Amino acid sequence: MAIPLSYNLRNLVVRKTTTAMTALGIALTVAVLVAAFALVDGLRLAFEASGHPLNILITRKGSDSELSSNFERRVFNDLKFKPGIARDAKGEPLASLEMVTVISLVSSEFPDGSNISVRGVTPVGLEVREDTQLEAGRWFTPGRREVTVGSSIAKRYPDAQIGKKLKFGRGEWDVVGVYKSDQPARNSEIMTDLNQAASDFEREEVLSSALVRAVDEVAHQALINDLSYDTRLNVQARPEKDYYAQQTSSGDLVRYLGTFVALIMAVGSCFAAMNTMYAAVARRSKEIGTLRVLGFSRRSILLSFLAESLMLSVLGGVLGIVMVLPLNGLTTGIGSNVTFAETAFQLKVSGDAMMRGMTFALFMGAFGGLLPAFSAARKQILTALRQI
Amino acid sequence: MSETVIRTHGLTKEFVRDEFHVVALKDAEMEVQRGEFVELMGPSGSGKSTLLHLVAAMDRPTRGELEVMGFKLNGLSDSEIAKWRNRHVGFVFQSFNLIPVLTALENVELPLKLTHLKRGERVQHAATALKLVGLEDRMGHYPRQLSGGQEQRVAIARAIVTDPDLLLCDEPTGNLDAKSAQEVLTLLGRLNKEYGKTIVMVTHDPHAAHYATKIRYIDKGELLPDGGKPEDWN
Repeated sequence: MAIPLSYNLRNLVVRKTTTAMTALGIALTVAVLVAAFALVDGLRLAFEASGHPLNILITRKGSDSELSSNFERRVFNDLKFKPGIARDAKGEPLASLEMVTVISLVSSEFPDGSNISVRGVTPVGLEVREDTQLEAGRWFTPGRREVTVGSSIAKRYPDAQIGKKLKFGRGEWDVVGVYKSDQPARNSEIMTDLNQAASDFEREEVLSSALVRAVDEVAHQALINDLSYDTRLNVQARPEKDYYAQQTSSGDLVRYLGTFVALIMAVGSCFAAMNTMYAAVARRSKEIGTLRVLGFSRRSILLSFLAESLMLSVLGGVLGIVMVLPLNGLTTGIGSNVTFAETAFQLKVSGDAMMRGMTFALFMGAFGGLLPAFSAARKQILTALRQI
Repeated sequence: MSETVIRTHGLTKEFVRDEFHVVALKDAEMEVQRGEFVELMGPSGSGKSTLLHLVAAMDRPTRGELEVMGFKLNGLSDSEIAKWRNRHVGFVFQSFNLIPVLTALENVELPLKLTHLKRGERVQHAATALKLVGLEDRMGHYPRQLSGGQEQRVAIARAIVTDPDLLLCDEPTGNLDAKSAQEVLTLLGRLNKEYGKTIVMVTHDPHAAHYATKIRYIDKGELLPDGGKPEDWN
């Protein structure tokens, strides 16, 4: 049987200052890692939950994003009556021609301005986004310089409030409403009338994309194939959900950077844990000798000190997670490398992120504690008993 | 019929310290019978503790034979020795060596963790051992809350809790005042007489002679023959 864990636990309590300092080092490392995970998980949640499963986004062939796509009105007119496209109550195809551009808005977070997507749509553009509902004010009026802003934009940008004016294109645009969608990524856009925006940006014929609704799942895939292989159209069709999911790669840099910083910090934390455990082994040399005399094997000694190091790391891990928990639900924005505009999202400290953080802490404890535990186990009984 | 508990033949321990070859124990011949209370006496550095450590298998001899409780210790592995020691030997240190973060009861219970006893049984055994040494009212006390004499009595309770056949004591009264030393010696005497424990004790304490059934002297690493005494010993 092993040496009781209460022995290790009480030793950690007795050395409370050293224990607290080492645990804090581990906690900070875990906090950095879990914060990076929270950011990436939040971003993934925002994008992966966005897009209608029957919607198809069509851009010009070779364009990765709507912003870089030059999509001609002529092409839209050719494809909007394709079989498989759903129709509204009036029998009109649910196909929305759209124009996307970016404008710069100032906030306290970004005083130099941040890129925000402006999407020009016709009324059918709102029909294929039935998840999008007015939260305040009203929708923009076609033919007028009016915009309705996404709820995330309204929250983060002081100029994007109802009654205020935004300056872009050829003049000032009235903010007349705020919309909110269940699909988080949509809330980071500003919507306006397609024709007014196209006119202001002199893009009446060359717009950005089309969003069409398939009749059903079978038609969805057939339509994608039909559109993609129609050489006359020269377009690229993909599920709207895939387009959003692709944008989670915007968080890759944060994830790599967070992991890299955490790894560097982990090396330091491992040494801190190692130092603490070596000190514990040195201070308790006589106890180690006594335990051996009582009949405890070298293996028991090794496991006991390793367990103590792991307890230390669990303490650090829990502390690190507690430090990060207030970030859960915090709204922030990240520049997408696909749309070149900011997407607002909420940090998500998920159970999975906490588990990964705790596993990381345990690794630190194991690596930091292994050598001292070996040195404790290898001590000769008499040598251990004679050390003060 | 007497039963031999410890038998040594030509037991020798040598080591090198700072390039000097040291003979700590030379060709020791000793037999201890069950129920004996043997005192090992001699000047400091004479090899008393070395002999005791060899008998407890805390150290390995350079050469010679050593048989304790019927086990030839030279042939046992580290883990076998650990099990053997837990089962057959109780050791009492001069400086008590209690685990400071454990209570008296937990300290005494510690060797029982290596047995198959359940928790309730372990606690019961430990409590009985503490009662035997007169510390039933100090079970929840930590070592720092006990006097030196009480600490040593807890250490003795820990040594006897597994009911070992052999008790090895390394100057158990060395760190105690006269009164506490007397209490500890009385306790060891009781364990020998009433409970039949075989005891080998290293000591400088002249009062200990009163409790021993046999005294063996060691001088300059040589265990003198039974009844032998160094000439300059007083």
